[in-house]
Formats: sequence, C-alpha cells, structure tokens
Amino acid sequence: MDIENDLLYTKEHEWVSLEDNIATVGISDYAQEALGDITFIELPSVDDEIDQFGQLASVESVKAASDIFSPISGKIIEVNADLESEPGLINKSPYDKGWIAKIEISDPEEASNLMTAEEYQNFLEAEG
Amino acid sequence: MISDQNLQKTPLYEKHVSLKARMVPFGGWDMPVQYEGILAEYQQTRTLASLFDTCHMGEFFVEGDCVKSGLDHLVSMTIADMPLKTCRYGFLLNEQGGVIDDLIVFRQAFEKWFIVVNASTISKDAQQFKKHLTSASSFKDLSPSTGKLDLQGPLARNILSSLVEDIKKLDYYTFDFFDLFGQNVLISRTGYTGELGYEIYYPAEKIGQVWDALLKFKEVKPAGLGARDVLRLEVGYSLYGHELSDDITPLEAGLERFIDFNKDFIGKTALLKQKQEGLKRKSVGLISESRRSPRAEQKLYDASGKEIGVMTSGTFSPSLQKGIGLGMVEPSLAEKGKTIYFGNDTNKEPAVVSGKLFYKKGSLKN
Repeated sequence: MDIENDLLYTKEHEWVSLEDNIATVGISDYAQEALGDITFIELPSVDDEIDQFGQLASVESVKAASDIFSPISGKIIEVNADLESEPGLINKSPYDKGWIAKIEISDPEEASNLMTAEEYQNFLEAEG
Repeated sequence: MISDQNLQKTPLYEKHVSLKARMVPFGGWDMPVQYEGILAEYQQTRTLASLFDTCHMGEFFVEGDCVKSGLDHLVSMTIADMPLKTCRYGFLLNEQGGVIDDLIVFRQAFEKWFIVVNASTISKDAQQFKKHLTSASSFKDLSPSTGKLDLQGPLARNILSSLVEDIKKLDYYTFDFFDLFGQNVLISRTGYTGELGYEIYYPAEKIGQVWDALLKFKEVKPAGLGARDVLRLEVGYSLYGHELSDDITPLEAGLERFIDFNKDFIGKTALLKQKQEGLKRKSVGLISESRRSPRAEQKLYDASGKEIGVMTSGTFSPSLQKGIGLGMVEPSLAEKGKTIYFGNDTNKEPAVVSGKLFYKKGSLKN
C-alpha cells in the first residue's frame, strides 16, 4: 500500500497537501482499496464553506456508499470535475489524478490535528 | 457480526487466501467477495470466462416415484414431465405461499432426483424435505461431500471442452455425467451470470485439482461473490434473502412462470387466494437516472414523497453505467416507464421502473 511522504492524513483516510494557503484533498490508497471500484462521486460546489472533518463529498463503490470528510476548514475553490465521468480515477491514481477538491485554507493551525505520513503508517498498522 | 470461528470454509478456502481474495461472511460461510476487483471480474465474466467457488451451496438426492415420493408436492414447478438429464428451476414453499428456498431439480433417472439449494437454507430445506417426503422415497443430504465450481463466460464451452470433450453436447438447462480427472461427475449447463456456463459437481476433497486445472487457462480468472451479484442483477435473477424469502411469495416476486397450478403442491391454496385477492406488492426492475445506485433496504417513494416500497437489491451496472436494482412496490406503481425515487427521508434519487433484464447481450444461450 502506498503512502505519500509529503502529505498529511486524517483518521478517516483522507490526505491533504498544503501549499501556501491552498489545500488539495483526496483519499488515501488504503481508502480506495478498501472501498473497491468507485462508480460515483458527489462533489462539493465551488464557494462552499467547509469545516475541518465536516462532510466534503460522498462516493459510491459497486457495493456501498461512503462519506468523505474534509481534512481542513475553508472555502472550496476548485473540484476535480473529471471524477464525475470517471470516478475510477480515484482507484487508479488516488494521490494524483484522483484528487477531489482544492480548498482555500481558513485556519492553517488546523494542520496540527492531522497525521504525518509516518504517523498515518503507524495508525494503519495499529488498526490492523 | 459473526466471528470467523463460526463461519464454515469451503475446500478451496486456502486457495482464496493465497490468491489474496477479500473474504466476507455469506450465508454462514467465509467466502471470497473479490480478488482483483469487482469490475475487472465482471468484465472478465462478460467477455472471457470466470471461475466461481460455489462449494457452499447445498445438494440433496431423492430417490422415488415423482408423485408417490412426495417430491412433486414439495416443489412449485412441474417435474413429472421432465425429460431425463434436464434441470428445472422452482420453489420450495411454506403453507402461506412464502418461499423456503429457490432450487433446481435435476432428473438423473426416472426416479432419481438431484436437487441444488442455497447455502444458508440447507438445514431448513432438509427439514422440509424430511417432513414431507413419504416412506416411498429415500433422502440424502450430499452437501458436505459435494464440491461445486461454476465456470461462466462466453469462452466457457471452449475451455471446458478441452478437459471434457463431450461437454459441447449440453444444451441450456441440461446436464450429464462426464469423466473429469478420473471421476465420473455431474456437469450442468446452468449458472447465475446470464452468460454461457457450466456448474461442475465434484467430490469436495478433490475439487482443488479442478480449480487449479481451470485456472491454468489464460482466459480463466477467479471471480468472487461481488462480481457474481452484479452479474446476476444485470439479468434480473433473484437472490434468496433479498427478492425471495419466507415472507415473499413467487407471485409477488414476479415468478409465476415457475409455478404449476395444474398440480397440488404445498402453498398452492395460499397462492390461489393471493391471486384472487390481488397482489399488495410486486417486484420491479429500476434504472437510476444517474450513476448513483439504489441499495437493498432503501425506501422507495412516489413523486409526492409518499413511501411506496423498498429496494431488495441494488448495484452499479457496468453495462448501463447507471445504478440498477430490484424493489417491491405497490402494484399500481409497478408500471414500466414510471419515475419513482429511491433513498431515505432526506435524500431521494430518481429511477425509472423497467423490466428485470438490464443486460440483453449475454451469451447464455449461445
């Protein structure tokens, strides 16, 4: 299983990359593997205000539906519209082509509530 | 949650684990839900061939005259006129007309019947058989010693014929005994995918060699219960515990064609009464208007938001690229082309009532 080093992670298996005041958000390789083939995503709308750990999107796989939570608070400035016609990009490329949304960060301090790659690795191992 | 210790394992369990299958509880068994991925296994089955472990399913053997044995009275469909070496689908009903199980009867000889039943219902089915079969019959539950593999897909005949040459003679819903690795075994041209395919019944302790031999063909890959459920739903087949149950009659499930009202059988009185009084609910197909899929147990609503039924099964359909499913609704709303809604009190998604054959290009009868 792939864990990208320079990202931060949540306990719900979302990742976030922080660049200046912009956060790019997706789900981890572990999450896409656990969900299985993703067949539908409901993306947030641009300009939506979102809270840290609040619902960001919902996805459906062949057999189940799940919610995706935002790693950080802020305003949605862009969504990955390619996912609407090809949600399987999340499975194929969870850290790159499968990104979900970009958020203008409202409180950078919130990053301290997230896990580093190493911490996430340990978290996964502890979860078994 | 059932603990792993209580789950039964098929003779192929170790093979699934070494193939890194994801294992899930199903009908009391620890079964592979997927290997490579549900969509990949789905495509493999629709275009080439897949191998399914169905050792969990139950097999009974009844010997005796069709009517005097009590067998004819136990099952809903006509069996008296079955030609030898043919199969017939139907139901084991309770007195209320509810479905104890759906099953397939195989006529091995004039008075020899092989019966295939679902895994989770083996014991209640056996109980019903023992209760109603007469002293003019003998009954055996062969389930523990019988392994079973399903080879399904448009290439299934070509592949299996290189191990069993005569397999080419089998027509849809017929069977025979064939030599396979030194064992004389029953192989039927039946399945649960809508594709050309075979079900191979083999001694449980030796079935590993058949599994290995079939997976050596480059056109064959293993497929799990996840793909199996998508495949069966795309062709509108019922799954026991979902579309059929002790509380659902075959009339409500839209399966009257598997009932012979010209003979006597358990549940007939109740079904006739239901026919006369009219159905209160009816099974329909549904096609979502989007990629969102309906799911079992979700509620169904009309345009005004009134609750009108419940989903019994749902999935994403790879062939339609939309959600599909089967649900039970008030008969007045079971009209094809009508838009109804699936979901919950806060979120409702539109779907169109349709027939149950969502995928029409299957190789089933090729």
